[in-house]
Amino acid sequence: MKNIIGRKVGMTSIFTAEGHSVPVTVLEVGPCHVVQRKTVATDGYEAVALSFGPVKAARMTKALLGHYGRAGVAPARRIIEFRQLIDGVAQGDTVRADAFEIGDRVDVVGISKGHGFSGGIKRHNFHGGGASHGSMIHRQPASNGDTNSGHTHKGSRRPGHYGVDRTTHQNLEIVRVDTERNLLLVRGPVPGPRNGIVRVSLSVKTASVKNKKVAA
Amino acid sequence: MLRLLEAWYHAGVALLGTYCRESYVMNVIDLIQQEQTKASVPDFRPGDTVKVHVKVVEGGKERIQVFEGVVIVREGGSSAESFTVRRVAHGVGVERTFLIHSPRVDKVEVTKRGIVRRSRLYYLADRIGKAARIKERKPVRASA
Repeated sequence: MKNIIGRKVGMTSIFTAEGHSVPVTVLEVGPCHVVQRKTVATDGYEAVALSFGPVKAARMTKALLGHYGRAGVAPARRIIEFRQLIDGVAQGDTVRADAFEIGDRVDVVGISKGHGFSGGIKRHNFHGGGASHGSMIHRQPASNGDTNSGHTHKGSRRPGHYGVDRTTHQNLEIVRVDTERNLLLVRGPVPGPRNGIVRVSLSVKTASVKNKKVAA
Repeated sequence: MLRLLEAWYHAGVALLGTYCRESYVMNVIDLIQQEQTKASVPDFRPGDTVKVHVKVVEGGKERIQVFEGVVIVREGGSSAESFTVRRVAHGVGVERTFLIHSPRVDKVEVTKRGIVRRSRLYYLADRIGKAARIKERKPVRASA
């Protein structure tokens, strides 16, 4: 299994060897340090905790400094735990972009962009009503289902807060790996704003044969 | 008091100037795009007639195909810059868009320079024959 934490830099397009122009998202991944290796014996479950992003030591609490100090790694902005272990990685180790290779399929998890309080058209892809001819239903959600039951059904689609959700994009192809600058170029968009923290791991769908080989 | 403020203001402006000049770092996206661009691209603009040499893969073999016509628009910047060429083939107008920095665009040859008064020559599509002509721009100096 391969896991890493990254920062979304932005999108651009690159040319492949065949000359195709491919839309990519640039992710600055790592260097991530293994802050903790949780085991069944000590924690009741298996996990690796990775840290990411530089931060001033003076800004940390002593408790956290101790936590980083025990692992022998520099203090970082974020710690994220992965329940899938990374092959051959122990506490204090570093994970970089070179953990991934071109052609790997990955799932990218991020916090989606906030849209505030949004109506049904933006939030649930409603069609909306007519604009004129006395329509009177323009962007309203219109009917909300039967009233005979006397209550609104759970999960009915209404206007409300939209975005800022944990969102996963599955099965994205890694188009390029830049080990010098610790970058992953992933085909297509990735959830969240620029500078948003994303977690990247091998796709659970393991579409490519390569991924299956790794999983085995 | 006023003079002191003025002095501070000028010092501030000077400082800002050096800051902007020296600390300007290209961001990662810029760098990646720069790596995608070709070292040299011929100088041409809308109204010019060009021959575009395109690499075409046919039956596993690669060959070069030439598309000649008038450049009607150049769009975008950096590695994403593209241009559209219009030609009339067998009485049918054909417009093709190429990415300037694409490895598939082998070469762009400028055969004629044109005088046009706008950057997008979409009006050419509405004109036929003589009306669709473009005045030629004679080179003042040897073209670079």
